[in-house]
Amino acid sequence: MLNMRDVYVVGVGMIKFGRYPEQDIGSLGGQAVLLALKDAGLSLKDIQIVMSGNLYQTSMSGQRILKEIGMTGVPVYNVANACASGSTAFREAVFAVGSGAYDVALAVGTEQMGKMGLLGAPSDPSTSPEGVLGTGLMPGVFAMAGMEHMRKYGTTIEQFAKVSVKNHKHALLNPLAQYQVDLSLEDVLNSRMVAYPNTLYMCCPTGDGAAAAIVASAEKARQLQGGGKMIRVVASALTTDPYTPRTLVFPDINTMTRECARQAYEQAGLGPKDLSSVELHDCFATAELLHYENLMLCGEGEAGRMIDEGRTALGGDIPVNTSGGLLSKGHPIGATGVANICEIVWQLRGQAGARQIEGYKAGLAHTIGLGSACAIHILTA
Amino acid sequence: MTTENAAPAAKQKRPIVPYLKLPENEEPYLAGCRCTSCGTIYLGERRACANCMAVGQFEPLKLSKRGKVYDWTIVYQSAPGIKTPYIAAIVDLDGGGTVRCNIEGIEPDPKNIRFDMPVEMYTEVVRQDREGNDIVAYKFRPI
Repeated sequence: MLNMRDVYVVGVGMIKFGRYPEQDIGSLGGQAVLLALKDAGLSLKDIQIVMSGNLYQTSMSGQRILKEIGMTGVPVYNVANACASGSTAFREAVFAVGSGAYDVALAVGTEQMGKMGLLGAPSDPSTSPEGVLGTGLMPGVFAMAGMEHMRKYGTTIEQFAKVSVKNHKHALLNPLAQYQVDLSLEDVLNSRMVAYPNTLYMCCPTGDGAAAAIVASAEKARQLQGGGKMIRVVASALTTDPYTPRTLVFPDINTMTRECARQAYEQAGLGPKDLSSVELHDCFATAELLHYENLMLCGEGEAGRMIDEGRTALGGDIPVNTSGGLLSKGHPIGATGVANICEIVWQLRGQAGARQIEGYKAGLAHTIGLGSACAIHILTA
Repeated sequence: MTTENAAPAAKQKRPIVPYLKLPENEEPYLAGCRCTSCGTIYLGERRACANCMAVGQFEPLKLSKRGKVYDWTIVYQSAPGIKTPYIAAIVDLDGGGTVRCNIEGIEPDPKNIRFDMPVEMYTEVVRQDREGNDIVAYKFRPI
């Protein structure tokens, strides 16, 4: 991959996403890191560099975590790429080891969202065009992305709503998910509208949480795994949105994801048919269907049929978001990009409990951040 | 003249975004530019082209006041002070350029909005800024 030596994931850990108003990111992140270290059989002293993904508390997020669990004096990068912050931190850790500069690197993602309601709402409403000249905030943008798909392919609101039903069902099997509620299609469609066609249950919640992943060189991984499964990162791709018509006014989340996916599949030498599952960025139910096509899990315009046929549910031929996705597992922004790595690793190791897919071979983790960035990793065992 | 007796500063009309032009004694309009290297049309001014990277090769444009709804949503939850629900849209302007705007003049109900619906721009005062000046915004309504 990218002229680098092989990189292996040797430990992962995450805390249950939820609301922890009394904890700051040092505390949240510290817990996740300790879990990952325990999983790896390592001490914080073994970590040579830390990549800390966080959006709203970006100032020194990594250092705050080290202050909580061990101030080793190692290099720390504080990484922000909107909702792709955690993935970008993971990529940085992969590159740190892949380049040969380090043998063991830690990626940690955190977010403490407090009582944040509408993300990105203007701090000075008296001068902002938000809500006066349309909307540039996430609910509206992702709603319009879904509407564009409806316009092109006749996708229905029910098909989008099925994404929420599926992901909430998956989360019932994930004790680390923020919400474990069985929702029917009627429950989803009847919840209050946020931005047409996304209802409340079609929007991911805000919340607090942290996840961590430790990567290492082949030699170090062999020492640690002692003959156990070696989880290799076979692709790491990061793109930003290239210019497309309208994108300055209506962010195009599709083009950059397609290009990112193309690069990732090429690096891995794999195609969508080789994947055992996908953890993708379902910040809104509308987004998930678009990404079925963007990640080439199905052809153009076929996403609606894909969800209708149950192909992306557990038991289907390409399960998507077995963790519950952002919709039900939650989306503490910086944590998400590392949390989806955790799910893929657990699946690869056979540690996904009731969510375990038989004969798991390869998983793809995907996030996007509006503004914009797309990050994709592919892992195999 | 003491400060207590000084006349208050005259209230001005200010556009909510710099590319909305409010010329004296003329109709308001949207200002844009076209990259002469690749033809991409932008709102406002540019230093370099986001599409072809050409630097400083732009000609100014007055954008059309008419267009078609490319995409839309109805927003039910917004920043404080914004009346909801409202229709947010992406409008392709006749002759080029795309804007983000509210659609007014119709009830915000999905059955009232169609893709490619023809719409036209108008302006109105939406609020006052901290100095008491009128803030003017553009909106679109169905033709």
